[in-house]
Amino acid sequence: MAIETLVLGAGQEVGKSCVVVNINGKRIMFDCGMHMGVSDHRRYPNFSLISPTGDFDTALSCIIITHLYCINTLFLRFHYFLIIKISHSLILYSYIFFFGIICDSHLDHLGALVYFTEVCGFHGPIYMTYPTKALAPLMLEDYRKVLVERRGEEEQFNSDHIAECMKKVIAVDLRQTIQVDKDLQIRAYYAGHVLGAAMFHAKVGDSEMVYTGDYNMTPDRHLGAAQIDRLRLDLLITESTYGTTIRDSKYAREREFLDAVHKCVSAGGKVLIPTFGLGRAQELCILMDDYWERMNLKVPIYFSAGLTKQANVYYKMLINWTSQKIKDSYPTNNAFDFKNVCKYERSVLDTPGPCVLFASPGMISGGLSLEVFKRWAPFENTLVALPGYCLPGTVGHVLMSKPPKIELDPNTKIDVRCQVHQLAFSPHTDSKGIMDLIKFLSPKHVILVHGEKPKMVSLKEKIHSEMGIPCYHPANNETVSVPSTVYVKAQASDAFMERCLKPNFKLHKCSSQELSIKTLTDKNIVPELQVINEKAVFIVEDKSKKLKVVHNDEVLVMLGEKKTED
Amino acid sequence: MEFTCLSKGRGSHFPPCHILNLGGIKILLDCPLDLSALTPFSPVTTAFYALPSLEEDKVDANNDVGSMAVPAKRQKIENQPDNKTLIFAEPWYKTVMNLHLWNPSFIDVVLISSPMGILGLPFLTQMKGFSAKIYATEVSARLGELVMRDLVSMHKELKQFYGPTETDFPVWLRQEEVEKIPSVLREIILGKDGTELGGLRPLYSEADVNDCVLKIQKLKYAEEVCYNGILVIKAFSSGVEMGSCNWILDSPKGDVGYLSNSSFISSQVAAFDYQSLQGTDTLIYSDFSSLNSTEDVKDEENESVQLADKLPMSSHGLVGLYHNAKEDSEEMEKLAFICSCAIESIKGGGSVFIPINQFGIFLQLLEEVSKAIDASAMKVPIYIISSVAEDLLAYLNIVPEWLSRQRQERLFDGEPLFDHVKLLDDKKIHVLPNIHSEKFWMHSREPCIVFCSHWSLRLGPVVHLLQRWHKDPKSLLILEGGVNPPQLALLPFKPMAMKVLQCHFQPGIGLRRVRSLLETLQPKTLLFPEEFRPHISFPSEKFRSVLYYSEGKTSKVSCKDGFELKIPATPASNFYWNAFKEQEINLARVNGELIIENARYHLLLDNTEKNSNGRTNSVSFRKPELEKLLATFSNFGINASVEHQKMNSESQIQCLIHTADPYKAVIEIGTSSVVITTAGENVASHLYKALDSVLKGN
Repeated sequence: MAIETLVLGAGQEVGKSCVVVNINGKRIMFDCGMHMGVSDHRRYPNFSLISPTGDFDTALSCIIITHLYCINTLFLRFHYFLIIKISHSLILYSYIFFFGIICDSHLDHLGALVYFTEVCGFHGPIYMTYPTKALAPLMLEDYRKVLVERRGEEEQFNSDHIAECMKKVIAVDLRQTIQVDKDLQIRAYYAGHVLGAAMFHAKVGDSEMVYTGDYNMTPDRHLGAAQIDRLRLDLLITESTYGTTIRDSKYAREREFLDAVHKCVSAGGKVLIPTFGLGRAQELCILMDDYWERMNLKVPIYFSAGLTKQANVYYKMLINWTSQKIKDSYPTNNAFDFKNVCKYERSVLDTPGPCVLFASPGMISGGLSLEVFKRWAPFENTLVALPGYCLPGTVGHVLMSKPPKIELDPNTKIDVRCQVHQLAFSPHTDSKGIMDLIKFLSPKHVILVHGEKPKMVSLKEKIHSEMGIPCYHPANNETVSVPSTVYVKAQASDAFMERCLKPNFKLHKCSSQELSIKTLTDKNIVPELQVINEKAVFIVEDKSKKLKVVHNDEVLVMLGEKKTED
Repeated sequence: MEFTCLSKGRGSHFPPCHILNLGGIKILLDCPLDLSALTPFSPVTTAFYALPSLEEDKVDANNDVGSMAVPAKRQKIENQPDNKTLIFAEPWYKTVMNLHLWNPSFIDVVLISSPMGILGLPFLTQMKGFSAKIYATEVSARLGELVMRDLVSMHKELKQFYGPTETDFPVWLRQEEVEKIPSVLREIILGKDGTELGGLRPLYSEADVNDCVLKIQKLKYAEEVCYNGILVIKAFSSGVEMGSCNWILDSPKGDVGYLSNSSFISSQVAAFDYQSLQGTDTLIYSDFSSLNSTEDVKDEENESVQLADKLPMSSHGLVGLYHNAKEDSEEMEKLAFICSCAIESIKGGGSVFIPINQFGIFLQLLEEVSKAIDASAMKVPIYIISSVAEDLLAYLNIVPEWLSRQRQERLFDGEPLFDHVKLLDDKKIHVLPNIHSEKFWMHSREPCIVFCSHWSLRLGPVVHLLQRWHKDPKSLLILEGGVNPPQLALLPFKPMAMKVLQCHFQPGIGLRRVRSLLETLQPKTLLFPEEFRPHISFPSEKFRSVLYYSEGKTSKVSCKDGFELKIPATPASNFYWNAFKEQEINLARVNGELIIENARYHLLLDNTEKNSNGRTNSVSFRKPELEKLLATFSNFGINASVEHQKMNSESQIQCLIHTADPYKAVIEIGTSSVVITTAGENVASHLYKALDSVLKGN
């Protein structure tokens, strides 16, 4: 028996997570991401490898989504876009559309659309955690709006489509054991990283494996560290984004950020934090709310209407998925009831005096954040804090090089006199975290995905040499097959169990001859009297190939009795 | 396996309590407290005013008991209970009497199936020697904790009123004092023959509650936990209350399902997950709710057949066809009726008082009542008065995973799970920790709606409210559930002029569905309450084994014979099989370790140490003949010499064979064994082959 892992995405690369695992005949797709760096067909996984005929219902038992993509990660990963597409062909637009914004090009994706609709048609179960299910449509909706506003495009799909699609998703709780079908059993474990992120354990028969998705072994301000049970695993598939780096404390960087913000507002300036609504926004807001309280600052903090504000409603209900500290302070002090956050109105943009504004989308790629940027950027006392990575082609990316002027289009040029602060923390685990997890789980095999090839190679070496666990880093479209455990069942006799449950120590006296032989082979002095725990057992196989485990004494009885019968 | 029913409970507030002995592990199922036994005690207000009025009969005529109330039969007894015959002392609480017959240190595991099943737990955890592992769902543990805190804080008032007691044994428990209590009340507290005296305990302290809560291991639905490697425990939704659950216990000797109070109608909480209880070796049926209900059982036969045919077997259609729209609407009708009564009373200028009993009903009532008020365009304040109300309302909004699909949709739509969040924001609901709030008394002249504890009408804010309003014929008291007749519960507040509406929400499987449910679950052995025997019969072709249990008796259930071991297959296929043709069996001798993990025995073969000391063992049932052996050895090119020994009873060695060339070895031939001792495994196996050929070759 073997576990076959077909890597469709994130093999020796970052982004486009998609792994199909075949455990004893059950095929599970873990994540369904796409790559943002490429514009041709390579950006999405090669689904034809799963089923050349396109019959995904029979080819796959289920799809498991480990988390919402995290926009702040090094590259963008849009797990759910594909899911949506897979379950409902109409939703495909969102995927194409969104690709249009980020890369600022490629509107002719009709070919891709045809490709997807033809390939898709999976009606089987899709699993994700409660927060992922709750937040996914919210983000989709936001992108849709941004897109319509910015590009003035016709609305190609509406909220109903999103809602209809999400109805097909089965939400799971942490540690809940889900019986997908008679043989396949899955279970989610807390992974940190982003609200609702989970590692998934899958079991078919006696074969067990874990797919981590992205995880974080150190708790951050609003999420806990990844947690998992000690399991008897045949295979662990882990991300390896930071396979070689060991992260320093992020408190220093948080301090730096707060100091920059404080300096700016005390000088009467305005702070713009362009961010996507989830994860980073909440973390920064908790950080600042706390700081405001401590420093007794009265400068208003605004959350732009829409996504971020609404996301807080979800966070409040999903408090059980956040860190222990936040959970404990509930209900007297809900960390997501920000005390210093004021209600946003459009008028605040032109109100004189200092303020802090969280505006979506991140990377200043459009919407409110771009509008505010246009207004505030020409002033020297403004601070733009960029939390996380900005893709090439966005204003945020250009801003990082601190140019004096930014040309939005031939008619619009913005003078940039503001200060820019870049924050760099990423909720991925580092090399120590990966090693800790592998050590804790001590699986029989490890497969690395979602990382850069050189880093993967060095991590692989490390795992192999330090723990002696065979490790693989397959490229895309490669299959790795590892053996899996299979148990045979045997009946044990009562006498055997009885003997086993009591220790059975025997004194064994080494005769002089034995001693002489032993001293020949090993130089250790063998004591003349030894204590031996008699562990030997017999396995009996009868005519019908049934196995029975019996104790020493029973064997003679069994054979003797049968002999007399003859 | 042994099963002992300690108590069959009394309604939803006092669930059944059992002890299960599963392969030597003693499991306590629930640890409840019978709060309805508080009825004979006087609330603090009556004790304070000690009303002398004796106009009972007049009052009874005025007593407008609502249409849904079950009229209690007037008991004609020598000592008529009135508000002066109540016990004027700090109340003691009634635990499960039979539980005290067990040594708490012998209990290994405690399973809590519902928030109400936890109330007696602090009595147990504070006992010396108690070291059991306690499991409960997250929500049961949290809600149970809130109820216990509320109880302790309400009891504090009585404690302050009566002051410290001089002796540990209260005066009212003395024989002569007990006899003064009217027999109706005495029966409630001491049982029919007065034997339940031993179950009475003074209430625990807040520290005991904290201590108890810390000891609980909290679970999610369908989470697998393993006790000591030998017992895998899983909780599955029972559809009654938030966090309430049924259990599956998996042990090497088979699995056991425990079906606690369950309900197919669950508009608020996660649906009853009966599929997960399917096909267990033993199923313990412990939903007694149907006995209390006045359900008509006559046309049960036809319906159960239909239901059995329709039962959905897929794993995803959990709600299934069991969900009966009729009963669902029945519940809604009841709620609507209560609302209309409340609104009528408000319109008439009276206030409405609703003691909180079941959380699910409380939340529904809160939503329905506030909707009704909105619809009637009145401005009526709603108060929730309880020391834990704030925590409770906040907590209920963060448990989407435990709620019904309809409620979960609210999460996915980004709305708060319950309406009370918005009502609180709009200041339509006021939450007060206690009655002594200025805010409340300032406005209480106007009609208002008050939800408060405690439903026994002996503790908490409700007693003060009733004391103040019981003479007001415009006001309305809505009693939900409760086992004792309302006349007894209302005893301290007589003469009563206010209207009383009693209603029953008794979630349960219902007699009509019990059989079809059990037919679906198909347990190999069914443990069924004796009380149900007249109501339900089981055809023997569908139920192979049905055992009836009754309170206080132990039933023995036979378990699977033998043990099953799991042996990793890869090394197992490399056994050195020794064939015995006559017996038609193969034998292999292995070295290994027996471990138990996730309720399964594993035999881990140790390959590395195999024969490291040069000893090889096999089995044969005949002794080797020495001459043949030596001849064979020389055939194999081994020089051997024999050293005879006397029969030694200690070592049982008959003779020793030394080989020098080509390798050094000692072969001990005993009466029942041959031991080869060499320096290396290869040598041993070589010699073994030679020996084997002698043994087999006749």
